[in-house]
Amino acid sequence: MSETPKIRLRGLRKAFGEKQVLDGVDLDVRPRHSMVLLGGSGSGKSVTVKCILGLIPPDEGVIEIDGQDVAKLSRRERAALFDRTGMLFQNGALFDSLPVWENVCFKLLAQRRLTRRAARDRAAEVLAQVGLAASVGDLWPAELSGGMQKRVALARAIAAQPDIIFFDEPTTGLDPIMGAVIDGLIVDCVERLGATALSITHDMASARRIGDDAAMIHKGRIVWTGSAETLGHTGHPMVDQFANGSREGPIQMELRR
Amino acid sequence: MSRALDLLALVGRAAFAALGGAGRIAIFALVGLSHLVRPPFHARQFWRHFVEIAYFSLPVVALTALFTGMVLALQSHTGFSRFGAETALPSLVVLSITRELGPVLAGLMVAGRIGASMAAEIGTMRVTDQIDALTTLSTDPMRYLVAPRLLAGTLALPPLVVVADILGVFGGFLIATLQLGFVPQSYLDATWDVLEAMDVISGLVKAAVFGFLIALMGCWCGYHSRGGAQGVGQATTRAVVAASILILAFDYVLTAAFFKQ
Repeated sequence: MSETPKIRLRGLRKAFGEKQVLDGVDLDVRPRHSMVLLGGSGSGKSVTVKCILGLIPPDEGVIEIDGQDVAKLSRRERAALFDRTGMLFQNGALFDSLPVWENVCFKLLAQRRLTRRAARDRAAEVLAQVGLAASVGDLWPAELSGGMQKRVALARAIAAQPDIIFFDEPTTGLDPIMGAVIDGLIVDCVERLGATALSITHDMASARRIGDDAAMIHKGRIVWTGSAETLGHTGHPMVDQFANGSREGPIQMELRR
Repeated sequence: MSRALDLLALVGRAAFAALGGAGRIAIFALVGLSHLVRPPFHARQFWRHFVEIAYFSLPVVALTALFTGMVLALQSHTGFSRFGAETALPSLVVLSITRELGPVLAGLMVAGRIGASMAAEIGTMRVTDQIDALTTLSTDPMRYLVAPRLLAGTLALPPLVVVADILGVFGGFLIATLQLGFVPQSYLDATWDVLEAMDVISGLVKAAVFGFLIALMGCWCGYHSRGGAQGVGQATTRAVVAASILILAFDYVLTAAFFKQ
């Protein structure tokens, strides 16, 4: 008997005005595996993740987490479910008005799971896991470089030890070395926590490093799923064109000349 | 006929849009307020905003009130002297300041300072995904961002208005005694004789309402800002303009309610 997917999407649809962004997304994410969702800009990757996280209500479709239909859960049950998730936003989305250590332990403090003194210690511990010194905890987000902000955002995503983590373009805007460092940290954190991960990226090197499985979304539909190792030589013309960054192929950019 | 109907339709649409907007703001306010009576409450956020409003707005409110009291004494004396009614000056200054000018001017100054800053901060949080981040960190943005600001605005304006009242009356006293020839003790006696508790209380109630409205419009405009830096800028402007108009409108409503003959 096959294992229940950690995340299961069926027929997910979402439109903004006239624009149909998601047009029937079907996707399974296996427990304790890392799935990478690929796709061009505007293909619906971020909207898919925001629908799963409850940030955007879908127009139609089913979202199941651990076999539970999220739409049928009570407010309390849904809150409990999302307590077990973590999210790394593309731009970090760190809170400017709080020092780094409070950002890292925000969830634990908000839920009164730790005292402020214990949260400081916990923040130092988690910052160490992402390769940052405890002294960084006393800085403000505006004082950090892009790479450090990403690492702090990663620390915040994992601080409450979630069992599902979402990563939105984790390496965007970073130099290749820092990108590889962040990817390595993501892999370490996901393995250490035994978590399930769903990452959005269009960085192929990053996708191969962090993904076990991969899926490609195009015009609001999943057009391919398979092993992340095969990216670039999947035999699927759309995926291979995307992975190899080729202008020639079935994906045509709508450019005015 | 058809032009008249078009005009009617236009007015109707505008009226429905205005009512819809007012309804959405009212629901937003009720949701924010509901978090004040349901734990947990973010006391640190409340205290941060209370200090920002009540303490850091003190200089601007104090100076505004002081100069307004001085100008009021000068202008009123010019008018009253034409009718030989200069002795009414202390009454006019204290009643104008405590009933109207103290709360309204403090409200307008705080609307410019705090309403704009709240809209800009929350608007920036909106366009940089920080509000979404709050949700993913199991924190209701209305509870964390809106409820503490609404309470801080409501509680911080009254003490500011007490200061504005004192300095406004003091400004009038300075001009009256140093420039217009009033005897200090007589001026103070006349001020105390005419002042009633309701004059001060009505001003403080107005202050609390204005503080709530400033925070509400700052939060509402920031929370619904869209589209990057330009959107945040527009939200900031809208927050200040809307709060200022609401302050003047509610000033009339509250004055009518308190001093209806």
